[in-house]
Amino acid sequence: MTWYADDVWIVIIGSLCAVACALPGCFLVLRKMSMMGDAISHAVLPGLALGFLVTQSRASLPMFIGAAVVGVLTAVFTQWVGQFGKVDRGAAMGIVFTTLFALGLLMMAEVNHKTKVDLDVSCVLYGAIEFTPLHVIHSFQWGETWIELPLAAVTLGAVLLINLIVILALYKEFNLSSFDPALARTVGVPATLMHYLLMSMVAVTTVASFEAVGSIIVIAMLVVPGATAYLLTNRLSVMLGISAVVGIASAVLGHWGAVTLPPKFGYENPTSTSGGMAVAAGVLFLLVWVFSPTQGLLQGVWMRVRKEPNPIPVTDPDCESSRGPTSHHAAKTLRSR
Amino acid sequence: MIQTPSRPDVDSLPTPPEVPTHSPEMPLAIDDLTVAYHNKPVLWDIDLDIPEGKLVGIVGPNGAGKSTLMKACLDLVPKASGRVMVYGKPYKRQRSLVGYVPQRESVDWDYPISALDVVTMGTYGRIGLFRPVRKLHRDTAMNALEHVGIGHLAKRQISQLSGGQQQRVFLARALAQDARLYFMDEPFAAVDASTERAIIDLLHELKDQGKTCLVVHHDLSTVAQYFDWVVLLNMRVVKAGPTEDVFTRENLHATYGGRLALLEEAGQALRDAGR
Repeated sequence: MTWYADDVWIVIIGSLCAVACALPGCFLVLRKMSMMGDAISHAVLPGLALGFLVTQSRASLPMFIGAAVVGVLTAVFTQWVGQFGKVDRGAAMGIVFTTLFALGLLMMAEVNHKTKVDLDVSCVLYGAIEFTPLHVIHSFQWGETWIELPLAAVTLGAVLLINLIVILALYKEFNLSSFDPALARTVGVPATLMHYLLMSMVAVTTVASFEAVGSIIVIAMLVVPGATAYLLTNRLSVMLGISAVVGIASAVLGHWGAVTLPPKFGYENPTSTSGGMAVAAGVLFLLVWVFSPTQGLLQGVWMRVRKEPNPIPVTDPDCESSRGPTSHHAAKTLRSR
Repeated sequence: MIQTPSRPDVDSLPTPPEVPTHSPEMPLAIDDLTVAYHNKPVLWDIDLDIPEGKLVGIVGPNGAGKSTLMKACLDLVPKASGRVMVYGKPYKRQRSLVGYVPQRESVDWDYPISALDVVTMGTYGRIGLFRPVRKLHRDTAMNALEHVGIGHLAKRQISQLSGGQQQRVFLARALAQDARLYFMDEPFAAVDASTERAIIDLLHELKDQGKTCLVVHHDLSTVAQYFDWVVLLNMRVVKAGPTEDVFTRENLHATYGGRLALLEEAGQALRDAGR
């Protein structure tokens, strides 16, 4: 394929979005609350609609704030419903985010009816990354070439930078409160506050990603890079790095695939880039899951063929004494499945 | 004759309503603590004073509220009433004096983190918000790991450790906290014999340094051997005091009620202890 300036911008915007999502996404995966990303990305809709009603324009700051506030409220409401309604977290989430999402849909219908401005539901769900380079906010000459800076690149770049700064500044607090929230509280790290800070990051990132990838594909960007990285490393810092790389790879492969693959199957027009990104991320996860050198499917089969329970032999003279090596290794094999 | 007003005699003033005072030497003083889940009481009216430098075993049947007692002291579950004083001041102001070893199952051992990094977390309270971990803190953690005999496993990811080694990692983290009062929730659960030995040695070392350890313990047969103080708990404090006074057949009967199997075990424990 020929890469035009717009293609480059689409990939840059997709990458910024994917990395901005992947960073908080890693913590969602580690805290086993990936579906909170799903809940928040849907529940911000009434916030968006309300922001739009107030300002009558899209992609404005009030819209942003409205959506972010509703995103955090989703986390709070889920907590409340779970606590006082005596239902588990999954059900609480299901109640809260569907209600808020439906409310958002009603409000959008009202907005469209009143203002004749089209807030397109399918755009909300899948985004319109192909059109983001058209919304230029600044253009300047750099050497020989004119560069037209799209708004989405600026917004997503800013959100990525904020996420990066917050995670770097509070790296050990995020790490501790994700691994052992009880210990975090006893040493004075506000674990509850960290939880809501993470939820705010997810909410803000989701809203910023709306135009690019929409509320469904954004879940893939939040969860899949982190989950893929989780299979490849035993260190949090490396996991964050790998997740960013997986995010960028998904954006590049996704756009390339969306443009080049349909003609091969006899279709003229390229397909959706955001869809391509999510599929690429899924394929990358699948490949890693099968081929990961430490936790992959093939590696597991290989180990079973060789009848060796663990790639790293447990060399601990202490613990053999009571149970004997056989039962110890048996226990290890059980756990490693 | 009318007396001229003078400064009232201090002794003649009505005594103020009695407020329980706690000497700053008392590591832990619990007053009137009640904890409830969904309006059902789990702990009822707990009054407990723990003297310094003791190894205290917290013993009671399943569901007696042993873990809840620790969590309530550490503000991890809400208190319906009561207060907890650590060295004479409310717990909130004394966090740095308190170390916590949670139950091993309370965390995800597949988390991408090395043994050394888990132990380093014990120093986070001292490091403070926004500040990075320095070599000093990692050295403290490394020393603690070597202290519990698994310095050679520092770099290993925590899922690749045996149960006993994982428990040692938690204990090393508590050591790195450098506290004066320790809460340990079932450190002896499902560990191998050598780890059990190592924990006992560590407890005695802490005691020799004048530190106080509260340990939730399940195995009645080792209570008399391991602890010099015992709290018998079953929603209420049935009895608390020095092991030789408290760990008796009648008190265990009162704690465990009609659970015969356990009583049998307790009887054996008492015979072993020579009482």
